Amino acid sequence: MKDMYDVLVIGAGPGGSIAAKTAAEKGLDVLLIEKRQEIGDPVRCAEGVNKEYLKKHIEIDNSWICADLKGSRIFSPNGTKIEMAQEISGGEVGYVLERKIFDRALAEHAAKAGAEVRVKTRATGLIIEDDFVKGARLMHLGKEYEVRAKIVIGADGVESKVGRWAGIDTALKPVDIETCAQYLISGVDIDQEYCEFYIGSELAPGGYIWIFPKGEGKANVGVGLLGSKTGKFKPRPIDYLNRFMEKNFPNASIVEMVFGGVPVSGSIEKTSTNGLMLVGDAARQSDPITGGGILNAMDAGKLAGEAAYEAISAEDVSFGKLEEVYEKRWRETTGYAIDMSLIVKNCFINLGDEDLDALAYSLKEVKFERMRLFDLLQALFKANKKLLWDLRILFKDAAKEVVKNRT
Amino acid sequence: MSININRYKCGYCGACVGVCPKGALELVETWIEVDESMCIQCGICDRICPVGAIEVMK
Repeated sequence: MKDMYDVLVIGAGPGGSIAAKTAAEKGLDVLLIEKRQEIGDPVRCAEGVNKEYLKKHIEIDNSWICADLKGSRIFSPNGTKIEMAQEISGGEVGYVLERKIFDRALAEHAAKAGAEVRVKTRATGLIIEDDFVKGARLMHLGKEYEVRAKIVIGADGVESKVGRWAGIDTALKPVDIETCAQYLISGVDIDQEYCEFYIGSELAPGGYIWIFPKGEGKANVGVGLLGSKTGKFKPRPIDYLNRFMEKNFPNASIVEMVFGGVPVSGSIEKTSTNGLMLVGDAARQSDPITGGGILNAMDAGKLAGEAAYEAISAEDVSFGKLEEVYEKRWRETTGYAIDMSLIVKNCFINLGDEDLDALAYSLKEVKFERMRLFDLLQALFKANKKLLWDLRILFKDAAKEVVKNRT
Repeated sequence: MSININRYKCGYCGACVGVCPKGALELVETWIEVDESMCIQCGICDRICPVGAIEVMK
């Protein structure tokens, strides 16, 4: 078995597979490993994704689309509904994916581009020499062996062990993680064109409950709680989910259980080092408000694949080079966006139910054509100046941005 | 034993691994492994587990 590659990608989720595919397309010799025996399974995701954005990365294949959404509804603690409809032509809302098929398709794309794929193959440590990451120790069917690579890409998800082995502190504090439980339910009458979000301290402290339709009679119903709002002697996500299910879907069949932790930390200090880059949840690139991470991971995967090519071509895989070709680039785009979201998240987690109701009430009549944060803030600006004034310190940069973009 | 993971309850999502400040936990396919020599019994994993499968004895 081959033990030398240009690039070793650890983790075959969307970020890892896109990184592997991108690097392989550039002509690099790539190994993509996945510790699970089945790529895409178990799922630990609500599976919602922005339609237009996804199309930038991949041609849409109906085999992994479960629902095509027309809009979303948010319910405040007292039930006030905010509806965000999509423009007929815009398509900024979303698809609900079948991750098990989607992730596998992405890995297949990487393989097709020339990457070698090994499943049930887990990294157990890194090979570090002269302060450079030079490969990893892998384990397959109980046997350990070494694989060397010029660049290692850590796409190992929320666990993010690869980064830590290389000395990058990726540990999440309780306030930096949403802890989640989700059921795939069937046999229920669910509007297949809208996703729904429920907020409030009773339902989901520091997070929200979601209902994402997954095709005829089915939906992902889940809850995410901010880690800092849960605790040893407090109800867990699964308790909140069961409570919601009893009240809203007492007769539904639960056909799958899903658990997960979603990073909501905003950008971390460092996501690369000599010979190593981190992408996706491993780099804590998911959105602090929505928890969405698929597209950010795919963006970063693409950047990392390109960066690997540039760095290897220049025969310089040092942190300095990777900072220039990867780190800076993702921070300008995704990094900026998630840091904006973090500011808003920090504001929202401090709002009480009454504040949330007041907010929802002021937004009730506003028509959202596109589900964008700045549109929302802009609407807030117009609808409720007093509230925004109260929140002015927390909005900081975001508010400045809104003012700048006002027309 | 200072940390006890109920593998019959665990949903192997890896959230605990992500919050462990010492890197003492590892998600191996469908179970969590603990390196007891690294665990400092901080209890953060216990706190954020979505199902309550972890018990840390201080």
